Amino acid sequence: MSVPLSEHAQQPHRSESDDLSTLASISRLYPYLRPALPRIVLGMFAALLASVVSLTIPMVLQHLVDGTLLHRGGSREAVVFAALAILGLGMAEAILISLRRWFVLQPGTRVEATLRNSLYAKLQNLPVSFHDKWPSGQLLSRAVGDLNLIRRWLSFGLVLFIVNVVTIVVGFGVLFYYHWLLAIVMIVLSIPLWIAGYFFERKYHVVARRSQDQAGDLATAVEESVHGIRVLKAFGRGRYALKGFRAQAEELRGTELEKARAVAGLWLWLLMVPDVAFAVCLALGVWLVAGHQLTVGQLLAFFATATVLRFPIESIGFLLSMTFDTRTAVDRFFEVLSTPNDIDDPEAPEHIDAPRGELMFDDVHFRYEDAPERFPDLVDGITLTLQPGETMALVGLTGSGKSTLTSLVPRLYDVTGGAIKVDGVDIRDLTLDELRTRVAMAFEDATLFSASVRDNVLLGRPDLVGDDPETRAAADAQLAEALEVAQAAFAYDLPEGVDTKVGEEGMSLSGGQRQRLALARAVAAKPSVLVLDDPLSALDVDTEARVTERLKRVLAGTTALVVAHRPSTVMLADRVALLENGRVTDVGGHSELLARNEHYRFVISSLEDEEGGFGYEIEEEVGA
Amino acid sequence: MSTATVTGVAGEERSDLNKDESRAIRRRSMRLLGSLVAPMKRRLIITMAVVVVSTALQVAGPALIGIGIDQGLAALRSHQWAPLGWTAVAYLVTGVAGALSISWYTVSSAQISQAILIELRTRVFLHTQRLSLEFHESYTSGRIISRQTSDLDSIRELLDSGINQLVQGVLYSGFIAIAIFAVDWVSGVVLLCSLVPLYFLIRWFQKRSQTLFRVQRVASAKLIVHFVETMTGIRAVKAFRKEKRNEKEFGDLVEDYRKVNADTIQLFGIFDPGLVMIGNITVAIALLIGGFRVADGALAIGSLLAVLLYARRFFDPMEQMAMFYNSYQSAAAALEKVSGVLEEQPSVPEPATPTRLEGAHGHVRFDEVSFHYKPGRDILPLFDLDVPAGQTIALVGSTGAGKSTLAKLVSRFYDPSAGAITLDDVDLRELSSEDLRRAVVMVTQEAYLFSGSVAENIALGKPEASIDEIRAAAMAVGAHDFIEALPDGYNTDVNKRGGRVSAGQRQLISFARAFLADPAVLILDEATSSLDIPSERLVQQALQTLLADRTAVIIAHRLSTVAIADRVLVMEHGRIVEDGAPAELISGTGRFAQLHAAWRDSLV
Repeated sequence: MSVPLSEHAQQPHRSESDDLSTLASISRLYPYLRPALPRIVLGMFAALLASVVSLTIPMVLQHLVDGTLLHRGGSREAVVFAALAILGLGMAEAILISLRRWFVLQPGTRVEATLRNSLYAKLQNLPVSFHDKWPSGQLLSRAVGDLNLIRRWLSFGLVLFIVNVVTIVVGFGVLFYYHWLLAIVMIVLSIPLWIAGYFFERKYHVVARRSQDQAGDLATAVEESVHGIRVLKAFGRGRYALKGFRAQAEELRGTELEKARAVAGLWLWLLMVPDVAFAVCLALGVWLVAGHQLTVGQLLAFFATATVLRFPIESIGFLLSMTFDTRTAVDRFFEVLSTPNDIDDPEAPEHIDAPRGELMFDDVHFRYEDAPERFPDLVDGITLTLQPGETMALVGLTGSGKSTLTSLVPRLYDVTGGAIKVDGVDIRDLTLDELRTRVAMAFEDATLFSASVRDNVLLGRPDLVGDDPETRAAADAQLAEALEVAQAAFAYDLPEGVDTKVGEEGMSLSGGQRQRLALARAVAAKPSVLVLDDPLSALDVDTEARVTERLKRVLAGTTALVVAHRPSTVMLADRVALLENGRVTDVGGHSELLARNEHYRFVISSLEDEEGGFGYEIEEEVGA
Repeated sequence: MSTATVTGVAGEERSDLNKDESRAIRRRSMRLLGSLVAPMKRRLIITMAVVVVSTALQVAGPALIGIGIDQGLAALRSHQWAPLGWTAVAYLVTGVAGALSISWYTVSSAQISQAILIELRTRVFLHTQRLSLEFHESYTSGRIISRQTSDLDSIRELLDSGINQLVQGVLYSGFIAIAIFAVDWVSGVVLLCSLVPLYFLIRWFQKRSQTLFRVQRVASAKLIVHFVETMTGIRAVKAFRKEKRNEKEFGDLVEDYRKVNADTIQLFGIFDPGLVMIGNITVAIALLIGGFRVADGALAIGSLLAVLLYARRFFDPMEQMAMFYNSYQSAAAALEKVSGVLEEQPSVPEPATPTRLEGAHGHVRFDEVSFHYKPGRDILPLFDLDVPAGQTIALVGSTGAGKSTLAKLVSRFYDPSAGAITLDDVDLRELSSEDLRRAVVMVTQEAYLFSGSVAENIALGKPEASIDEIRAAAMAVGAHDFIEALPDGYNTDVNKRGGRVSAGQRQLISFARAFLADPAVLILDEATSSLDIPSERLVQQALQTLLADRTAVIIAHRLSTVAIADRVLVMEHGRIVEDGAPAELISGTGRFAQLHAAWRDSLV
């Protein structure tokens, strides 16, 4: 028996990104980068000039040494001149570095913001089935950590990487200018660096990817432990949850250590190889000077140049690893972005000119894409028509497909067979915006957003947003009406009335209060089709009765599909559809069905009808 | 005491802390750091020793080059190879040894930082779990999550690369200063002079960045909260076309975050070139003075070269130190917040010396209990209540009457403001949480499922349960059939927030959980609200046997559940207004009789 906070939260696996080279993978960012490119190129240019300047300084030294210092009593003017030259070059270097930073500042952060906004937009756009599969921790680590990394790489890593490579190449050219033999020694001894880099790439990429995923899983575990804190507390399972969390954290630690070992291996080479080269060049150089094939000034400039080159050479390792991390981040970004969205606006949308509110299910089938074949469709051929203004209750056992059927209407999921039509138009031929304006929904599991009660209730009414007195008055009236229907007048008694912030960042409300606000929200939307998924389950009897009464008036003019578990909710409906295993087995009035359908009696009639009253022993199950 | 205003998580989002408050916060985060590092002292000392040696080895290079040119060249001109040879070998040895030691301490410091990290993760996780519900109701889940994710990430970043940067920075520059003095003290003085502008530059940077990093943290936390809220509420987002408005809201948060990031980077854009500037001016002055002295024959040319090579290197790590300062700042801000959470005391603390209670009978007594969140505004005014072991009581009343509060007191999610609640004559506050939770279990309306299989979720009630016990529990509450019908039966992954399992099924699973836990006192707060009637019938039947020999407190909006109660308490405005057996109350004319009549009418 393992622990409930799963140690291996499954993540969907990507495929195509694996086959891309690092370069090809990152280059997918190009469309986002394009507007920023000129400034990035300018930044690189500034950085290159800065490198050239830093490579020039040793040359000044060489001239000073060879021209003046080696000859006793050399001119002081030459020393002053050289010092001034180095001062000037030094200033130029600082200014160029500052320019480089200034150039890349805006593009880097802008690109990050654009990526973040498009990731968010895409995630909102992706169907609910996608969100069922992806823990929000995984999504969060993409939206925050990964994109930060991409920004740092763009404005720092990429620029320095290219500039340093060019600096290394130019620098070796300069070394050749001082003496070919010394330069060759430096180059030959640098070769192991590139080999180490290659092996490093292979190892590091795998480990970095794993560590990012594990960090994402750990974030999911944290999230669950917080969202589920009441359960963990009720059972006193805090320590037990910790065990699962610990195991995951340990796994991440192992990966991080593996990463550190890989980096350590790279450091070893990056530091050792140049030092070996320096040692050989020292012996060789002094020998060449003694043989008059090289001047002291040249040898000095050679070492000064080689020293300038050390940082670019050493940084390659760090920049490489940053590049691989970035590649991983880019892969993860596109993994989401390239997920096809199968619930989207049609290419040639139709439009309902005169909405009447007819809702028709035409041989509707639905199954989750990952459902095993041996299972029948969850919604297995439902044909049902709701006349305009009619209220239909859906009644059936848990798992008979009621909730699934309701979530098909606003296209939270798409039917896998048949069609759903509103006023004769297939809902897949409407834009999502129009469909979801026509159809409003209240969920049993009521979600409120971090906003005022007012904004939450009027969520479906963008037309009532505005500060002019007329709109404001209309909004207030609509709000009052909806709160009255849902019996949610408590909202006026909150600390700041209907402007009190609720949701994650605001006041916490009870389940019943949230449910009533969610119901008010659906009512306020004034849709032509109202879909209510067991909207009164958390209400007490009194409130339920009052809400039912008022809701009945609202529903008189609205087509409504209501999932009902209780006779009281069924009373809202004109007709009742009985669902069994994804099929509609009977349709009719409540008393009609009660009289003729045994299964209906089993599903809906309350205990007391069978037992005749309160306080008696509950007897054998009826009907099953 | 003025610093009380920043105790715990208070003051977390303020950026106008006064001196005392800042100091108090800094002190508590340093205390936390100290306690994390303490167990690793030995390892840390060894690693630091290696770092010192390795840095010294790295710094030796330019001096050896200077020696090679000055002495090796002169010797070679008189055909003596030995001095040059030895110098080159010395250079080789220092280089290789330096590289080896760096690579060793990279791994070693990673081990230290990972050990610290896992300890900190564990502490925060455990403390979060230990903090009472009162805390969690005011401190949102988004914030507590970002404490444990993004804040710990900042700390990780500091530990991972930051320490190496600091060590390289301080030691490297320090050794170089020593080396320059050793080679030529005049140049050493020049270098020391450069420290003055350097000091002012770093100070300026420090001041500016401190505020900036704080603002950055707040901006990122807001971003995260909004993001998580959208993703967890995606159904409602879609159903009510909130996407466009969300994009705008989120876009604004992204822009805030972007701006503060840009400001931060700009700060570095001034600091960084400033360092280069100071470095280059120092080199120029060293060259000027050194050049004169070489021209005068007062300084060997190799020594001048060594000084120039050193002077340039002296400023290299300054940039890294600035980077260290960067990660230090975010980590410090993160640590301040994390230490704030850790400083929060659970308002329902564990007793220091718990009274043991094994095999509880379930006799619950409220002894002159009252409860309020704010003094003067009693949620539950003073009352007494005695629930004999084995009795099932039902709490009835409208929303806000105080039923859930009473239930939360029994399960010790809260402690009473006055009086005491006892279980088998032991004050709940004297029980260890282990004993308490074994004896008292509460099932709420919100049936949260964790990712993992259905079986794992049920087993939460009794982690050591066998699969047979789990199945038996599921069967007892009537959850077995639907579970068997899931794609992988008991091994079906319930996925994100129970996406594929209906609300009613989730409640059945959480019922099975409670059944498996087998407590002496069971509290059901709206635990059957989402069940369909047949399931509820099954649950009711199961409850008959389940509750037979244990104490139970049932809260249900629907009176059908009350049928199984031995005793009904009707609550109004926090007071118990009626108390009696169900049949007795129905036959009367009180509140319950009215409720019951209304409810009868609502049926068929």
